[in-house]
Amino acid sequence: MSVGGSSLAGIQPNASLVGDDITGRLKRATDESKLVKGLLIGTSLGFLTLVLFVPLVAIFAEALRKGIGVFLASFTNHAALSAIWLTVLTSAICVPLNVVFGLASAWAITKFQFRGKSALITLIDLPFAVSPVISGLIFVLLFGMQGLLGPWLRGHDIQIIFAAPGIVLATLFVTFPFVARELIPLMQEQGTDEELAAVSLGASGWQTFWRVTLPNVKWALLYGVILCNARAMGEFGAVSVVSGHIRGQTNTLPLHVEILYNEYNFAAAFAVASLLALLAILTLAAKTVVEWRVRREYAQALEPTGAEE
Amino acid sequence: MSIELQHISKTYGTYQALRDVSLSIKDGELVALLGPSGSGKTTLLRIIAGLDSPEQDSRSRIRFHEEDVAHRPAAQRRVGFVFQHYALFRHMSVFENVAFGMRVMPRKLRPAKAAIDSRVHELLQLVQLDGLGKRFPSQLSGGQRQRAALARALAVEPRVLLLDEPFGALDAKVRQDLRAWLRRLHDEIHVTSILVTHDQEEALEVADRVVVMNHGQIEQIGTPEEVFHKPMTRFVMEFLGQVNMFRGRVQAGKAMLGEVALDGHYFPGKEQGAAMVYMRPHELDIKLYKNGAPSFPAKVTRINPAGSIAKITTQTTDGQNVLVDLSLEDYQRLSLSEGTHVYIYPKSSRVFLPEYEI
Amino acid sequence: MSTSRTTRTILPGFGLTMGYTVLYLSLVVLIPLGALVLKSGSLGWHGFWAAAWNPRVIASYELTFFTSFVSALINAFFGLIVAWTLVRYTLPGKSFIDAVIDLPFALPTAVSGIALTAVYAQNGWFGRYLEPLGIRVAFTPLGIIVALTFIGLPFVVRTLQPAIEEIDRETEEAAASLGANRWQTFWRVILPTILPALLTGFALSFARALGEYGSVVFISGNMPMKTEITSLLIITKLEQYDYAGATAIATMMLVASFVLLFAINLLQWWNGRKFRGAV
Repeated sequence: MSVGGSSLAGIQPNASLVGDDITGRLKRATDESKLVKGLLIGTSLGFLTLVLFVPLVAIFAEALRKGIGVFLASFTNHAALSAIWLTVLTSAICVPLNVVFGLASAWAITKFQFRGKSALITLIDLPFAVSPVISGLIFVLLFGMQGLLGPWLRGHDIQIIFAAPGIVLATLFVTFPFVARELIPLMQEQGTDEELAAVSLGASGWQTFWRVTLPNVKWALLYGVILCNARAMGEFGAVSVVSGHIRGQTNTLPLHVEILYNEYNFAAAFAVASLLALLAILTLAAKTVVEWRVRREYAQALEPTGAEE
Repeated sequence: MSIELQHISKTYGTYQALRDVSLSIKDGELVALLGPSGSGKTTLLRIIAGLDSPEQDSRSRIRFHEEDVAHRPAAQRRVGFVFQHYALFRHMSVFENVAFGMRVMPRKLRPAKAAIDSRVHELLQLVQLDGLGKRFPSQLSGGQRQRAALARALAVEPRVLLLDEPFGALDAKVRQDLRAWLRRLHDEIHVTSILVTHDQEEALEVADRVVVMNHGQIEQIGTPEEVFHKPMTRFVMEFLGQVNMFRGRVQAGKAMLGEVALDGHYFPGKEQGAAMVYMRPHELDIKLYKNGAPSFPAKVTRINPAGSIAKITTQTTDGQNVLVDLSLEDYQRLSLSEGTHVYIYPKSSRVFLPEYEI
Repeated sequence: MSTSRTTRTILPGFGLTMGYTVLYLSLVVLIPLGALVLKSGSLGWHGFWAAAWNPRVIASYELTFFTSFVSALINAFFGLIVAWTLVRYTLPGKSFIDAVIDLPFALPTAVSGIALTAVYAQNGWFGRYLEPLGIRVAFTPLGIIVALTFIGLPFVVRTLQPAIEEIDRETEEAAASLGANRWQTFWRVILPTILPALLTGFALSFARALGEYGSVVFISGNMPMKTEITSLLIITKLEQYDYAGATAIATMMLVASFVLLFAINLLQWWNGRKFRGAV
């Protein structure tokens, strides 16, 4: 690949690494020479520019290429509005469900001892290992016309595939681990001491959960919610398989982008894409802030032993 | 002179770690840099190794065997550095750790494989780790790790061996053993060595000479006996061993503690002034009665006879705690108990006048 | 141990939360995945094999594995440099750059796909300058590699960053004092220390690339036998109502992912075991 090929010299053996630095200040023994350091930083920034920064900028530039009028018009038609609505709806269903699951599973896994715990954790992570397309496919195989439950569903006039329920289910599958996998390691670190103290002071299970456990993990929970929401609103592959691409009915925003793009309506496609990119940027910003808080929650969990990560 | 340092200073931000330090170390000597944390001793060691660089100063010099190495990077100084936390390469066996320094030599200097093998075995034998060469660092005890680190440092035949609190992370018992072992090892191989430590006992026991450091400066250089028995500054007095400190004064050229004139301390031409009087616990004696010699009254407040001596804590009439070491025989003969009224007799003392110190 | 075990049972809610966990996991994940297994089982050996192993499918496997592998390699190389730069050097705007590393996680894949196409297509931002040089990115395997590199980068960087942070600076100093130059120190001391993390990052990036769909389909051109990745082939089969074909291919992919997942877990276990008892 040509990208950055010229910078390969960045970590080749180099005389200046050994460098008799006769002229001036001696650097620390574990510092790279200025030349190597410059090459490494240059390679880094060059690579990130080619792969990340330019494509990101391109979204907004392409979105505004035909002017602000076209840009705004991309959002005011029925198809776009219904895509926005379906996207928000999907996320509004999936996020709370996965939050409840995340809290329940983290409570069961971290506050009790039982056999098969690590197997359960692996199963929770499973959807991450499944390709998005396969994540959609399995619901088609289950609920589609030729699917296992297809005839029964048709008999009762229930449509799941090529309809909103299918989209929700596929999204639920791909976003399934997000909240749980943020909570489980943190709650494992925190142990059960505070909960036991609360219970011994006469608190009920609910009171313990609401007043002790939840406040201790609130930032990690929020972190999980942010990631879960981003994926729920942005999922493309899985949703693409189950949606049927019916404009104005079963299109989410990412699918809407695809349709516009395939119709060579680039300005509109990028306009809608820029909305999703904006969401991604907000997600990253929120993530950066919350990450810092989560690290504090970890530090507090580790405090009694004095250990730091 | 094996190692010569002149006018070395180092500042981190606003914190001055070293202030114009000069030091010479003789060939084959084992010198201890002793001081509290923040005294600059580790910084000095790292500058000698080339791991840190001193401040730019046209007078500053770092010489090994008359050769100026100030501008050589660490990799070209041929120093052996032993870290407090060993810094062993954990993905390499002990054997590979020790061989590392030879394996990274420039091709034309690099020993043949067989020569490396035999040298490593020799070194492992020297540090009493023969047979453990295949182990990984994580499979060794702390003392073994530090000996492996020592063998690794010796493998490059260093011109100087630098040890940064080498026993600091070990248990007290292991530390004692290793300390004595290090001294024997040094007597065997005679490589010029500098040991950094904050443990005065360690420095006094192991080193040929002790360099006492404080606030980035050298307070005193001398044999263990000299720094312990003839401390030149208050800091050295206070840092080495336990000490009782009294506020005295100078009157007509004589040092006075209360109404008692202290023998052997004369400051000609000095009429009046404050003086600090220091006495180590073993330089004091306890008697139940007053005799003609200078003494002051006190009350026994605590007795710890668990040891080779009895440690007696007393309190003077003006409330100052004074520590006295008695031999166990004396302690038994006096039949002291808490609350006993006694008289304390200084056998010897040291007096420092504020303005006599630089 | 026994005390903690008994005291743990004082906390309420195990039955409720465990029951809910298993129920929800079964409904959302296990039963749907079971449908795939059931369906592929119903194909019979010959049916399965015919669908999962014919020239067009094999071409897609080869393409998918090749491009995923190459992009993971590119990511391992550049990801290492990026992670090193972010951990070791001070740069203006470093926290911004650090945050943007996660963009491929946060950006919907379809958006990434059209953005990369806009940049690397023949008439695109960069594409128009590459075209005269004889380099075509979009609608070639190279385009797929670009997309997969974009998608996989954060895996390598995020796995390496903590590993680089944890390197004991004193081991580097020890290497220097033993006469090693910076390159030798990197090659013999630093790289072996972070190798497990680098391999894990590589494997994660590779695994993600194998199943990737959204970011690739726009830039790849989707020509059967040439630029048709396996994920796309599954969708094509579905659109042709060839459920059997889709299922067989998906099963192959799923097995590949699980094997990789297993390998990654093995790697992490190895990493933990090798260095247990920190030195």
